[in-house]
Amino acid sequence: MSNHQSTKKTVEEMLAQAKQELQTGVGRKVKHESAAKQVTGEAVYIDDRLEFPNQLHAYARMSDRAHARITRIDLSPCYEIPGVAIAISAEDVPGQLDIGCVLPGDPLLADGKAEYVGQPVIAVGADSLETARKAAMAAIIEYEELEPVLSVEDALEKESYVSDPHTHQRGDSKAALAKAPHRIQGAVHIGGQEHFYLETQISSVIPTEDGGMLVYTSSQNPTEVQKLVAEVLGISFNKVVVDMRRMGGGFGGKESQAAGPACIAAVIARLTGRPTKMRLPRMEDMMITGKRHPFFNQYDVGYNDQGILQGVEMKLAGNCGYSPDLSNSIIDRAMFHADNGYYLGDATITGYRCKTNIASNTAYRGFGGPQGLIMPEIIMDDIARRIGVDPLEIRKRNLYGDEGRDHTHYYQKVEDNILPELIADLEQNCEYQKRRKEIAEYNRHSPILKKGLALTPVKFGISFTATFLNQAGALIHVYTDGSIHLNHGGTEMGQGLNTKVAQIVAEEFQVDIDRIQITATNTDKVPNTSPTAASSGADLNGKAAQNAAITIRQRLVEFAARHFDVTEEDVVFQNNHVIIRDQIMPFEELIQLAYFHQISLSSTGFYRTPKIYYDRDKARGRPFYYYAYGAACSEVVVDTLTGEYKILRADILHDVGASLNPAIDIGQVEGAFVQGAGWLTSEELVWNDQGRLMTAGPASYKIPAVADMPIDFRVRLVENRRNKEDTVFHSKAVGEPPFMLGISVFCAIKDAVASVANYRVSPQIDAPATPERVLWAVESLKQAVAQDQPAPAAATV
Amino acid sequence: MIKFLLNQELREEHTLDPNMTVLNYLREHVRKTGTKEGCASGDCGACTVVLAELDGDQLRYKSINSCLTFVSALDGKQLITVEDLKDKDKLHPSQQAMVDCHGSQCGFCTPGIVMSLFALGKNNAEPDKEEVLEALAGNLCRCTGYRPIVDAANAMYDDAGADQFQRNEQATVQRLKALQRTDTPSLALDKRHCHNPKTTAELAELFLQYPEARLLAGGTDLALEVTQFHRELPAMIYVGDIAELKQVEVFDDRIELGAAASLSQCYDALTADYPDFGALLHRFASLQVRNQGTLGGNIGNASPIGDSPPALIALKAQVVLRKGDQRRTMPLEDFFVDYKVTQLQPSEFIEKVIVPRAGAVDRFRAYKISKRLDDDISAVLAALSITVDDGVVTDACIAFGGMAAIPKRARHCEQTLLGSHWNQATIAKAMAALEQDFAPISDFRASKDYRMLTARNMLQRYFVESQVIEVETRVTAYV
Ligand SMILES: Cc1cc2nc3c(=O)[nH]c(=O)nc-3n(C[C@H](O)[C@H](O)[C@H](O)COP(=O)(O)OP(=O)(O)OC[C@H]3O[C@@H](n4cnc5c(N)ncnc54)[C@H](O)[C@@H]3O)c2cc1C
Ligand code: FES
Ligand code: FES
Repeated sequence: MSNHQSTKKTVEEMLAQAKQELQTGVGRKVKHESAAKQVTGEAVYIDDRLEFPNQLHAYARMSDRAHARITRIDLSPCYEIPGVAIAISAEDVPGQLDIGCVLPGDPLLADGKAEYVGQPVIAVGADSLETARKAAMAAIIEYEELEPVLSVEDALEKESYVSDPHTHQRGDSKAALAKAPHRIQGAVHIGGQEHFYLETQISSVIPTEDGGMLVYTSSQNPTEVQKLVAEVLGISFNKVVVDMRRMGGGFGGKESQAAGPACIAAVIARLTGRPTKMRLPRMEDMMITGKRHPFFNQYDVGYNDQGILQGVEMKLAGNCGYSPDLSNSIIDRAMFHADNGYYLGDATITGYRCKTNIASNTAYRGFGGPQGLIMPEIIMDDIARRIGVDPLEIRKRNLYGDEGRDHTHYYQKVEDNILPELIADLEQNCEYQKRRKEIAEYNRHSPILKKGLALTPVKFGISFTATFLNQAGALIHVYTDGSIHLNHGGTEMGQGLNTKVAQIVAEEFQVDIDRIQITATNTDKVPNTSPTAASSGADLNGKAAQNAAITIRQRLVEFAARHFDVTEEDVVFQNNHVIIRDQIMPFEELIQLAYFHQISLSSTGFYRTPKIYYDRDKARGRPFYYYAYGAACSEVVVDTLTGEYKILRADILHDVGASLNPAIDIGQVEGAFVQGAGWLTSEELVWNDQGRLMTAGPASYKIPAVADMPIDFRVRLVENRRNKEDTVFHSKAVGEPPFMLGISVFCAIKDAVASVANYRVSPQIDAPATPERVLWAVESLKQAVAQDQPAPAAATV
Repeated sequence: MIKFLLNQELREEHTLDPNMTVLNYLREHVRKTGTKEGCASGDCGACTVVLAELDGDQLRYKSINSCLTFVSALDGKQLITVEDLKDKDKLHPSQQAMVDCHGSQCGFCTPGIVMSLFALGKNNAEPDKEEVLEALAGNLCRCTGYRPIVDAANAMYDDAGADQFQRNEQATVQRLKALQRTDTPSLALDKRHCHNPKTTAELAELFLQYPEARLLAGGTDLALEVTQFHRELPAMIYVGDIAELKQVEVFDDRIELGAAASLSQCYDALTADYPDFGALLHRFASLQVRNQGTLGGNIGNASPIGDSPPALIALKAQVVLRKGDQRRTMPLEDFFVDYKVTQLQPSEFIEKVIVPRAGAVDRFRAYKISKRLDDDISAVLAALSITVDDGVVTDACIAFGGMAAIPKRARHCEQTLLGSHWNQATIAKAMAALEQDFAPISDFRASKDYRMLTARNMLQRYFVESQVIEVETRVTAYV
């Protein structure tokens, strides 16, 4: 109970305070809940936790073959190294070996067969990571090579799939293409992307009594880690507790693939009875875990004289790697976004889930959406060059519109489409037309450096497309000193989810956010949670926490009405106080009163997204509760002697509905944009002809550094535009959509290159547009000019 | 035994493994876990810490990658980590600015960023935009997109008061002075040992005594053998504490750079004469690496993709090698024999590099081509120095990195130029001649065709830049 009696305020003081607005509620630029701890190094990540005296460290020896039968495993040499507690292979796993998250196919340790370079084959637990590594390398593993599939094209030809192709179809695209006055066909490789969360995958487990396991994991999906740890150990779910305070970045990479290290550590801990930690060194992390799916996309489009699409056929082939993982939904999402914000006309979109012998590709911000969404942008540019109109004009002509032009190729009606206004606003605000002229002028007089400009929109569907995942839970306790304990099923990976959810709870109780203790996501507080993914964290968990808060608040209101004999409307929570008709008291005083009158001060909250449904067999429905929109205009300068470039300026206008926290939302938009630009520029994954990833570290894999952000960077959120749907405080999800704003950089680079052939030829550049690819496109256009005819597809490197 | 200050605490370490990095020392040995490991290869900056060193009666602060630094390098210095920045309950301005500007999201890069900002604040009272970017180029952040971090770098100057480091500077100076020794500090554990000589003569002697020892300069290359390739370095001699070897002297006709001079020092010495050398060093790795890494190490590792060797070759630099009391001097281009093979004999080391000074006209240009503009290894490095008198080429020294197994001159290309008229036709011939000089390879950085084409195009760029009409040729000019 509170003993701050001495600081009791007068009624006047309380009334004065209650009149003011709460400073830390919804819509405020509240700072990230961990910021002060992060800058001092006090924020605890899993590897920072104090170790036990008998601590073990696990290391997995990776396959060095892309595809091979394992003919022999001899672990005895491992035990020659002092400090080794145990060495295990697949047969030592006590429970189920497969940790596939949706479909089977991911053995925890290779099961007689190695399917990619980097696959964990054996694991060692030892008193230090270095010892474990040394011992693992001492094991004898022999292989018999099998033929690997190393490219998407190869997989398509061999029909090597992790699951069956799937098609979205509306109308008769074949007929539409045949009838269309103009037609373009093309194919493009879209590169994958390493997550490069700064904190690599890590889990630390402690055996508990009853044969259970306490698991600290850096995971976006604690419930799935709980399930899989239980399964590999062969115990019931209720014996495993997963605790997840914060991740040092996730980006989708810790949605399904955090489970591997957790499960290996758990198996070693079970077999030795010792606490075990598995942290992947950076190189191992990049070799073992999957990435954003590379895609090979083919398109065939028909358009009229105005450049308006009449019909579209696309084949989107995602490189899933060796196992299904989440690929089915990822390729589906690519298909769902093959329209971006444009009405495609009659359309057939087919997605292929190619099985190859590389690491199993997985969720990554946008979840396949970006690899589909970039296609119409490439197509818009192609059309624009053919008919000699500014690409922005072609984009505008093709946007979704009124009746007849408002249904997607999966039959969802595009409601509340704000793209036309949003684009108009940005176009004006960034002075697109004026700069377009200036750039043309610059390019006429600059023989070596060329500038490019592109404005591209984003429309991104919000909701898990596996409808059942759209649910969330939360748990709130109010203690008798008025402090609040908040827990929900979402996970904090830097995106500010905990801060936003706390703001929501603060708003509902009308108390300062400092009163709210944010706690680790924990499977024994909120069970059966969905992964924090699909940008849904705040939408789902915010609502669940809001519901929990409303439940408790309602109890308090009813109690106060009864107790003070007033109506419920007379009880008003306002800035840390409660006004009860003509009385006022501090929040904590009402809480104490309620406690003494035996009112429950704890509640769970639950939420499920309404309105959504999807029939996959018919490929029809409303998979998305709503769409989030945005647009970016990027200007770049390209060196035609080297292909190097720089982003000179980026203007962004992004729609987050009514922002829960503008500072956090802007942070998400900026970070996503830079990450999206990185995906399409310097971040190149290179495998050799043996299927080995050659860019397995930051020395060779280049994510954007500070000087890669736009020199002039202007980000705005769309103002005064609440989400029409009943989302939490009418906000919109923000994690993924702005990632695709980075496509404007890719298109701007192509625009600069197009200037070499006077904008008459559309440069063909695979993503990422590395300096090398850009230079080849420049060369190809130079040749086209020399021969005065359209260039063939640029050399693919 | 080595002695140093860990923040304010005096540490005397007798039995550390000389192969232990400062990062592991902090995280595992003394359990200070604020400093993070993001890569253990010097590329991400999450492990950034600051070293304070004596500079007369003052302290000099430099940011370094603790994952690339072996503990031996700490002797006699103050190691400052993120845990020590708070002044009682008050965040340091660099920390407060990060909080206020929403500069952290997941927070894993944040301690490293804070330390880079702290060092910036100590070294630069009023940084311009370029200097802010330079200070942060070695710190990757995957979450924020950097804008708020750059804002924080500017905002931290609003709190103008002296921090506790400044207030205590003289006390710290005195403490560090007390740590300076005349004997040769060394560390040993099991069969591994490392010695820290203080004079070149001592180094020469020790190297004769331990010919199998590896010289440890900045360690930005050598440390990777331990952290990335999991090799053991049983014997090391640390050259970073030898004042003579770190000396940089500017004479009328030449600049003499001690082999252990840091790349940051070299930057200061070379930029005035050769702005392009400065620009090149600006894009060489990151500030943390340049604060640690040395010119001697960049030459000594004999990498075919090292950035300074081609540039130094194009400037006709000489190296002074020393073994015991014996010295020999040779043109740098002769130093490299074959892939990772040099003229160095056992127990011989690089003592200094002598760079001729620019005459009235600076004809030197260096072009670095890489996938990412900052902190990336070059796909190709072109360094050209061409003299034209009365429209005719009278001298040409052109060297490339990334085009052969060693940093190498383009002799055929040079021959084509010599005696020819300085015009587009000559350049075209010189570009074609590169085919005779080089047969580059393809790797993940670039294909052989790209290397060849850009190498040629650099001759074109040089030519364009030599013309009177101003034409923009460099995207890096935009900041
Ligand atoms: C993140 C990162 C980025 C990098 N970027 C670049 C880059 O852009 N360009 C580039 O060129 N390099 C780059 N490097 C490589 C490295 O930083 C440089 O080569 C640096 O100059 C090495 O200097 P050092 O003092 O750290 O050498 P060390 O690591 O200490 O030594 C390197 C080698 O040289 C030997 N050596 C050292 N001193 C002497 C001496 N006096 N005489 C004889 N041998 C000696 C050592 O024994 C060792 O074999 C990068 C490295 C990292 C980690
Ligand atoms: S840990 Fe990445 S630079 Fe040191
Ligand atoms: S805040 Fe996450 S990496 Fe920088």
